[in-house]
Amino acid sequence: MGTPSIPEIAEEMFQMVSESMGKKNLKAGDLTKAIRQKYPEVDRKTCKLALRELMDNGRCVYAYFGGSYIQLPHKEGAAND
Amino acid sequence: MAKRDTPMLDELLKGPYPSFVKELYKVQERKPMVQDLLGQLEDSYEERIGHWKHGGIVGVMGYGGGVIGRYSDLQEKYPAVAHFHTMRINQPAAWFYTSDALRTLADIWEKHGSGLTNMHGSTGDIVLLGCKTDDLEPCFADLTAAGFDLGGSGSCMRTPSCCLGKARCEWACYDTMKLCYEFTQEFQDELHRPAFPYKFKFKFSGCPNDCVASIARADMSLIGTWKDEIQVDQAAVADYAKGGMDIVSDVVMNCPSKCIKYNGNGIEIDDHECVHCMHCINAMPKALAPGKERGATILLGSKAPIMEGALLSSVLVPFIDLNDEDEIEDLKELIGNIWDFWDEHGRNRERVGELIQRVGMATFLDGIGLDPEPEMVSAPRDNPYIFFQDEEEEEDDE
Repeated sequence: MGTPSIPEIAEEMFQMVSESMGKKNLKAGDLTKAIRQKYPEVDRKTCKLALRELMDNGRCVYAYFGGSYIQLPHKEGAAND
Repeated sequence: MAKRDTPMLDELLKGPYPSFVKELYKVQERKPMVQDLLGQLEDSYEERIGHWKHGGIVGVMGYGGGVIGRYSDLQEKYPAVAHFHTMRINQPAAWFYTSDALRTLADIWEKHGSGLTNMHGSTGDIVLLGCKTDDLEPCFADLTAAGFDLGGSGSCMRTPSCCLGKARCEWACYDTMKLCYEFTQEFQDELHRPAFPYKFKFKFSGCPNDCVASIARADMSLIGTWKDEIQVDQAAVADYAKGGMDIVSDVVMNCPSKCIKYNGNGIEIDDHECVHCMHCINAMPKALAPGKERGATILLGSKAPIMEGALLSSVLVPFIDLNDEDEIEDLKELIGNIWDFWDEHGRNRERVGELIQRVGMATFLDGIGLDPEPEMVSAPRDNPYIFFQDEEEEEDDE
């Protein structure tokens, strides 16, 4: 298993966020830890770039519920409109 | 008067002080959302409960901070404040503005938001109160076109803030504005994309007067200090005495480490005992000044009481020359190590100071690769609390 590229890491992170939606809120640190556990050769900076890619292309969004989490874009429940 | 019936808010107009209600009444003529804001506020006063929902996913594209979601839970009754988001704007270092910049900001906010501001929030940002979700991106576009950017919110590095330093203060031991700007630029990713267990604040104070209260509020405080002797102008000391100052009672007796003597002809300071409290310098600014070998002390771990109780910062680096670019680079590396350790071991919503309390300073220093020094103290004028590992190992060998 070779070192994954930034888009590949972003895809794995996206899958983790998708699977946890509605069950558990994941933080950037949770995704980084999971990736680094699976690929010890991947550094934090690379994980950061993968997260940035997910945000910049709109596949994920930040959410605040007492702390900052990463979620899939969805209609804001609190907006109620 | 308010267009809604707001008898409780009207009471706030009767005091001798300026009232925010008066300003809201003025704004409501041109801003329907402020009419609804007044109505909801009156309801809150009557019912003694708040009607704001806080948080969510609202923000601008690519950023995880700078917009604080705020929704009304009385949306049917007050539809104009169904969305009333706060925008935090990165303030200029030391809050210096041209009048033109202030007019530009006000025009942008008049166009896109409620027109209400909070200049400045407790972290220091320009706080714009009350924006609908659909107006956030156009407002952000206008702000960036005018040279402004969003500040920090959520689990990120918060907008760094500083005192006015060398711009207007003779006590500044380093250029706080320069370093605040440099850190803001250096850590843009950490500012806009929340990746930490919780918030992290930098505050830059030019001297131990600590005008931005960094020792009580910043996770990392950079407080100006000096290594050599306090500069003394004995002729100016004599002028203070001639002018009627009681130097013994006003200066000597108030020195916390009792390191000043006054014999009627001049003062004598035992600088080795001085704890740099600034009292004597503040009392006789024309006669005394900080020493010439200036830099800063780096402290870590303070916070206001939110999750746990309040904490004051602890000394991490006793002295750093912030005019030396190499030392600044070393500091940035140390900050990276602190963030890595915190990311790895911090619990959700645990500030750095709380992490240090939980794992212990010795473990923390070991984790960030910093050697303990006797000057590391848990509180000002306290004893060192670090025990040295080498000595421990020697004892273990015995």
